[in-house]
Amino acid sequence: MKTLLILGAGTGGTMVANKMSKCLDSREWRIIIVDKDETHYYQPGFLFIPFGIYSPSDVVKPKRKFLPGGVEIIFSDIELVEPERNRVRLGGGKEINYDYLVVATGSHTHPEQTPGLTDAWHQNVFDFYTLEGATNLGSYLETWKGGRMVLSITEMPIKCPVAPLEFLFLADWYFHKRGMRDKVEIVLATPLPGAFTKPQASAMLGGMLERKGISVEPEFAIMEVDNGKQVIRSYDEREVPYDLLVSIPLNMGADVIRNSGMGDELGFIPTHKNTLQTVKWPNVFIIGDAGNVPSSKAGSVAHFMLDILVENLSDHMKGREMKASFDGHANCFIETGFDKGLLIDFNFDVEPLPGQFPFPVIGPFSLLKESTLDHIGKMGFRWIYWNVLLKGLPIPFVESHMSMSGKKMLSKAPARA
Amino acid sequence: MADATLASVSFDAEGYMTDPNQWSKEISETLARQEGLAALTAEHWKIIDFCRQTGLASGKAPTLRQITTGTGISTKDLFALFPKGPAKKVAKIAGLGKPEGCV
Ligand SMILES: Cc1cc2nc3c(=O)[nH]c(=O)nc-3n(C[C@H](O)[C@H](O)[C@H](O)COP(=O)(O)OP(=O)(O)OC[C@H]3O[C@@H](n4cnc5c(N)ncnc54)[C@H](O)[C@@H]3O)c2cc1C
Repeated sequence: MKTLLILGAGTGGTMVANKMSKCLDSREWRIIIVDKDETHYYQPGFLFIPFGIYSPSDVVKPKRKFLPGGVEIIFSDIELVEPERNRVRLGGGKEINYDYLVVATGSHTHPEQTPGLTDAWHQNVFDFYTLEGATNLGSYLETWKGGRMVLSITEMPIKCPVAPLEFLFLADWYFHKRGMRDKVEIVLATPLPGAFTKPQASAMLGGMLERKGISVEPEFAIMEVDNGKQVIRSYDEREVPYDLLVSIPLNMGADVIRNSGMGDELGFIPTHKNTLQTVKWPNVFIIGDAGNVPSSKAGSVAHFMLDILVENLSDHMKGREMKASFDGHANCFIETGFDKGLLIDFNFDVEPLPGQFPFPVIGPFSLLKESTLDHIGKMGFRWIYWNVLLKGLPIPFVESHMSMSGKKMLSKAPARA
Repeated sequence: MADATLASVSFDAEGYMTDPNQWSKEISETLARQEGLAALTAEHWKIIDFCRQTGLASGKAPTLRQITTGTGISTKDLFALFPKGPAKKVAKIAGLGKPEGCV
């Protein structure tokens, strides 16, 4: 018997377990998946909790429900990975030897990495990248009388790089709805030169921030939170005052990856961006946020990685050349407030472009342009996530590789960022 | 860019060198002056050398965090040495492309 071991049963790990259990001969292969947490969190739903749109019960389900029979599930802390020895150590001293390893341990927030950030943690300083943070922020906002709300992005990369913008758009809507928008100043402090990482989308989203009266403090590399003075301070000595601070803390790969010496300076595993095989260990692959692949860290990206990963893994197991190539495809609905949304679709080489998706002219979704349907798409993503994505099933009409169909080419290509 | 050392060097629209092999120490010194640095000290060179090494090996300019982790120089000191956006500034002076805005 050979062993395929999957570390992490979040978005990526669950999909791999589902798909590989169909591909591998169970007389020859044993599939084991390990996670420390029995609860699956629908992380995209965290965004809606501070504004009372979702409640915590809307975003959690038991992990077991999404994992196929025939896959051995172990709920335990993973303590150490020893890729040189093809071995993983779990809590309680249990060891598992593997023939192939898929790492899907994700990306996690680290507020303790920014001096002062945890001083008033969940008092008037919050995150919304954890269920606890999103829930506490929701309670705080219910009674908040207004003031200056600053959203601070600590450092890139972060998972779901559009989530901070969606948070700002929804906050604008929420305070309007509560009849207190005039009592709230909304500010984005970001290490990026503008609203987003890709030029066209950045210009478009930047314009939307401006129209909604949200100001931007660009190229702000946060050094510390001064809770006494209620300011955040950058390395170049700029100060941004706040009454309410919402932070996207530093994102890092899982602790176990760093402790095992497998990660880069942020604990993301060096990975070949096209094959999804790790650079150092031929029998170790990644899916989702755990690698250093220069694509967005998002559930949709993990979904597009899946087919590529499964094909390459199967070929490698059979001693064949790996032919499938990941193109960095990402597809993100962006909630923009007031029941509108917009959609961006891009990859390593092509930035988000305007047009229609997935079909030219008829869409039905609009690319890089606000529409009610894109909002419905965003809200429908939760259903897709639980019922299609996690099962490793294809999303109808949406291919793993990005398609140029329906996209409007720019007459003049902007300089590549 | 009237400086003679830069006469045969090619740059992109944002002023980053397009061919890292055209680089020389003199070019770094000239570019540093253009970026408003009075002189390049040993500390500056430690960082530039690190960036050239990793940049040439990986094909891209290192991020701020890669520089601090790789050189042991703190972010605060890095900002003092290359004020306002050290990662971009060093990349420019070291003859590398613009550091990739993360996705
Ligand atoms: C606020 C927010 C909004 C988002 N919005 C969107 C969106 O709109 N669209 C979209 O596509 N994506 C979105 N995302 C991103 C998406 O949720 C992630 O990219 C995706 O879940 C990554 O999947 P993964 O499998 O890599 O990691 P995860 O799903 O995070 O799973 C990692 C798993 O590893 C386990 N693990 C880690 N370390 C250990 C250990 N030592 N021992 C045992 N188990 C361990 C964890 O318990 C976890 O279950 C959002 C994320 C956030 C936080």
